[in-house]
Amino acid sequence: MSNIPSDLRYTKSHEWVRLRENGSAEIGISEHAQSALGDLVFVEVPDVGRAVKAGEACAVVESVKAASDVYSPVSGKVTASNSALASQPELLNQDPYGAGWLFRVQTAAAVDDAALMSAADYAKYLADEAH
Amino acid sequence: MGLKTALYDTHVQQGAKIVDFGGWEMPLHYGSQIEEHHAVRRDAGMFDVSHMGVVDLKGARVREFLRSLLANDVGRLKSPGKALYSCMLLPGGGVIDDLIVYFMSDTWFRIVVNAGTRGKDLEWIRGHAQPFAVNVAERDDLAMIAIQGPNAREKTLAASGLGPAGRASAMSLAPFFGAQFGSWFIARTGYTGEDGFEVMLPAVDAAKAWNALRGQDIQPAGLGARDTLRLEAGMNLYGNDMDENHHPLESGLAWTVAFEPVERDFIGRRALEGFRGAGGQELVGLLLEERGVLRGHQKIMPAGEVTSGTFSPTLNRSIALARVPKTAAPSVQVEIRGKLHTASVVKPPFVRHGKALIPI
Repeated sequence: MSNIPSDLRYTKSHEWVRLRENGSAEIGISEHAQSALGDLVFVEVPDVGRAVKAGEACAVVESVKAASDVYSPVSGKVTASNSALASQPELLNQDPYGAGWLFRVQTAAAVDDAALMSAADYAKYLADEAH
Repeated sequence: MGLKTALYDTHVQQGAKIVDFGGWEMPLHYGSQIEEHHAVRRDAGMFDVSHMGVVDLKGARVREFLRSLLANDVGRLKSPGKALYSCMLLPGGGVIDDLIVYFMSDTWFRIVVNAGTRGKDLEWIRGHAQPFAVNVAERDDLAMIAIQGPNAREKTLAASGLGPAGRASAMSLAPFFGAQFGSWFIARTGYTGEDGFEVMLPAVDAAKAWNALRGQDIQPAGLGARDTLRLEAGMNLYGNDMDENHHPLESGLAWTVAFEPVERDFIGRRALEGFRGAGGQELVGLLLEERGVLRGHQKIMPAGEVTSGTFSPTLNRSIALARVPKTAAPSVQVEIRGKLHTASVVKPPFVRHGKALIPI
């Protein structure tokens, strides 16, 4: 069974979001997503300062097998992106919820919770997807 | 449900991620494709290649038949056990398949064809074998394991159950030679650019043999590593780098076409003679000069297309095979997700025997 931390929110396209009370959101891809992609060899993260909309493609993760877009689950301004991934894309395989984070967004308005899944809902979503 | 080799259950038990490949359920990797790749370059790895078709051709006129069927000339095979790589062509020069042919005896040759093309190959071969009274028999009773890497031969023989004399004899097999040792047909061939063996053995013994090989610390490796290894070695993949719409001369395979002797009239010869010396296209190697990954079907500016691309774990860069006009410059632009990236044109292979062969 895939590791799905309970303190994060998830999307149908397999991103996770770590929401903080100050409106900051940290974003990455789930354990399930990195496992399905295989060994990551190239990661492209958004520039700091870029304005992103929820659902907008703003990062690319590329494995030996294929390239995949990463969609921002929230709207706002990019405040940081994980530059370590340029030289160590394997961090994303090894620690998808920690050292493998992709970028952080400062949200302006309240995040639309309805568009995001809880850990329990995401686990159910993965189980349904597998059948 | 897809087709399964005799080793399917073993792969699943050993943690393989299974994917469909030409109708077969095959291991993609057993955890990390890149680690499997490095194991082959640095030590020894093994692949289940039982999905490939082993076909025995027997008859008094079998050599004459193959000299007409194949673009390379089996007339070159003088010693029993010697192998030859060849294309099998349509009359128009398009490639039906690429294969390895082994000279077993004057009345017996063995060929190994690709998994995805087995059906059409068999139909084509049977249709042309009839006038030569050659018997065509698929060897579904055999499994095939490729063991590759600098330590592959020694480790394989340690797991083989052969006595000292048999091991010494198998160890002295020259490249591109095979011989029968007990129930194993051992050949010094492969698809990785490393030394090693390909072993054909009774399918009923395959799981036991696989586990004995694992006992010698040979890393199981999947189709993912097989693809990055063959591409580093500059070896073509049928369906990507050549197919029925592309002839050998524009697929980097001119070296496999035997135009001499001139009186040998193989299928496709006349068409290829028309293409010889003409302009047209060629298959070249590409080394991406920027970050990113080259992939099949990406467009090349000013003209051409990537036929196979990947990330090279040995070079830590992206490499590709590409079909471009013969006048191509020393570098080209490749379109990756809407942006142009510079790639140098290089001569494959990129890597052989663990070492980079192109300047990085």
